[in-house]
Amino acid sequence: MAETINMPKLGFDMAEGLLVRWVKQVGENINKGDVLAEIETDKATVEVESSASGVVLQLIVDQGTMVPVNAPIAVIGAAGEKVDAPVADSGKQKAEVKVDEKPIPAKPEAAPVTQTVTTPQPAEETVEKGGPVKASPLAKKVARDNKVDLSRVQGSGPGGRVVRKDVEAALSSGAAAMPPAKPSVSMPMPSVVPISHEDETIQLTKLRRAIARRMTESTTSIPHFYVTHEYKMDAVMAMRKQANEYLPDNEKLSVNDFIVKAVALTLRQFPNLNASFAGDKVVHHGAVNVGVAVAVENGLLTVAHKDTDQKPLRQISNEVKGMVRRAREGKVKPDDIEGSTFSISNMGMFDVENFAAIINPPEAAILAVGSAREVPVVEKGEVKVGWRMKATISVDHRVSDGAEAAQFMQALAGFLENPVRMLV
Amino acid sequence: MAKITMREAISQALMEEMDRDPAVFIMGEEVGVWGGTYAVTKGFYDKYGPDRIKDTPIAENAIIGGAIGAAMVGQRPVAELMTINFGFSAMDYIVNQAPKLHYMFGGQFTLPLVIRAVGGGGRQLGATHSQTPDAIFAHFPGLKVVSPGTPEDAKGLLKSAIRSNDPILFIEHATMYQVRGDVPDDEYLIPIGKSKVQREGNDLTIVTYCKGLELSVKAAEELSKEGIEAEIVDLRTLRPLDMEPVLESFKKTNRAIVVEEGWKSYGVGSEIVSRMYEEAFDYIDAPILRIAQKEVPLPYNRTLEQAALPQVPDIVAAAKEVLK
Repeated sequence: MAETINMPKLGFDMAEGLLVRWVKQVGENINKGDVLAEIETDKATVEVESSASGVVLQLIVDQGTMVPVNAPIAVIGAAGEKVDAPVADSGKQKAEVKVDEKPIPAKPEAAPVTQTVTTPQPAEETVEKGGPVKASPLAKKVARDNKVDLSRVQGSGPGGRVVRKDVEAALSSGAAAMPPAKPSVSMPMPSVVPISHEDETIQLTKLRRAIARRMTESTTSIPHFYVTHEYKMDAVMAMRKQANEYLPDNEKLSVNDFIVKAVALTLRQFPNLNASFAGDKVVHHGAVNVGVAVAVENGLLTVAHKDTDQKPLRQISNEVKGMVRRAREGKVKPDDIEGSTFSISNMGMFDVENFAAIINPPEAAILAVGSAREVPVVEKGEVKVGWRMKATISVDHRVSDGAEAAQFMQALAGFLENPVRMLV
Repeated sequence: MAKITMREAISQALMEEMDRDPAVFIMGEEVGVWGGTYAVTKGFYDKYGPDRIKDTPIAENAIIGGAIGAAMVGQRPVAELMTINFGFSAMDYIVNQAPKLHYMFGGQFTLPLVIRAVGGGGRQLGATHSQTPDAIFAHFPGLKVVSPGTPEDAKGLLKSAIRSNDPILFIEHATMYQVRGDVPDDEYLIPIGKSKVQREGNDLTIVTYCKGLELSVKAAEELSKEGIEAEIVDLRTLRPLDMEPVLESFKKTNRAIVVEEGWKSYGVGSEIVSRMYEEAFDYIDAPILRIAQKEVPLPYNRTLEQAALPQVPDIVAAAKEVLK
């Protein structure tokens, strides 16, 4: 019995996808799980896996076509089987097929984002990495194992290819550690003879183009306003230290984990900031999915942690760690980067006092987090040492106003300054 | 250890096995009275007589077909192809019958058959008599393909081949019968399907076999003068292919070239490199290069023939290329 493959929905704001390329052609054999096509969403090119095995009977749309979510794109069936017409999207009929013949979808853990059961679960997505670094597989492995950022390694192989010894040299000089290198204190003295440096033109990668487009769209169409608040972080720092004594090395909690959890709990109280502006209405999202901005090679991705308000700190920490790692390795799954309802950009690790972030559409707000630092503070007329951290929320003024944002920031303080509230 | 030639080593193997087992016999063109085109069976006819040293008509399909029949009824024939190029006349028997009989008769027959074949170029025998088509034969499951590069290996492997119950194509190189090497004085066997590190080094891995070994050893000596130490892995058997020593060496050196005398396209090197990509991807630090014969029918003219065959300088250059 022929089965129809539909355009998958890869995020709550995805309405359509560009069918970039058919990987299989009519008449070719295909197995369940084989890549059928590549589609492009805002953020990445994603491979669509077939949810059926058989022969490709029909490709309903042409390459280069923008296809609405859930619209049929192809029909898979037995060789010689007759296909009457493009099968319309009929969830019921396909659900029967599923029950009768098809085993459970390959990746049941992926949130079912559409109403049809037959939506193919996309393969690991192929996030196009920025200006690809030429490196040997071995160099890549050594870099991966030692967390070296290859884009910072000077290649000595043919055509500038990075080979193992380059990575090892970078490692021993410590010049290329990830995250992005600390300013080198051992910079050589500038040469007396001026060296002329040529201009270099860098073609934008798909990721860079997407960032450019979305950020321009955000700043030009969303009226941003900003509210900054300073948080007392002594309690979080103490609790983190205490908690980490009981956790294995690979599960240590970061300050950011506490912030993610606190933001999620606060958002539950402020549905209007866990929202999207939609023309003549505002959508308050039911789920609180906190996005965490991750610096990746030549760009930035926001990984989307799901149901953050409902999960314990340790689980949040582990799940975010996994998504961040996949993002950095370029192996992020569609589910990792789609569906956030509010984002956090934390530059605390770079010794940043405070900054303002650009809203990640269609979200209504984003929180920019600076470094937690020990600073002199005045308490009851006395100067003491305390942990302080500044954060700035950027809010879509069409959705919310200053007072609400300020209250949100205060409520957030309620969690960050009494972190035990996150545990109960 | 005695230093003997490849010819002597192969002769000794044949004679020792014939003395050991009366079921072993030899058949082929000019193997008897004449003593073999490459004189490998010189003196055999006088020693063993016409029953065990059989001169055949010039009909390779009859030689291999007859040998298959003899093997099926319990003899242990060693059939000789004067050149491997003549094997094409017996292709159906070599690749379509011998490798499949045991399988298709559900194990009722075994096929203790050795086909000795002389391959390789470099003797100005013209395009049709100078080929190195080893990869073609190694393509077929069921047929073991052995091709030694030293006298020691030739003797030990041929003895194992004769004792094996599987059909085996044993490829000798036309220009290597005078190659000398140490061979143990006592009887020994070398197992089929085991690659061997013939020279140790840490800078790059040269994967090769048969004539390629001779060339690679010379290339390694030249490289050594420049401080480059190549490790040479000799496949010795093309099927079943033993990749373990190759991968082990490559995981150490991370750079490799493959040297073969046959054509590059669809060749032994293609297989080796594919396996390395599949099984040692994360150890690759530079593209793995293949050194092989130019993609032309091998010319008769000596200068052109030598230009078309892989040579020591080609290997040296490729080694330096992958070390860049």
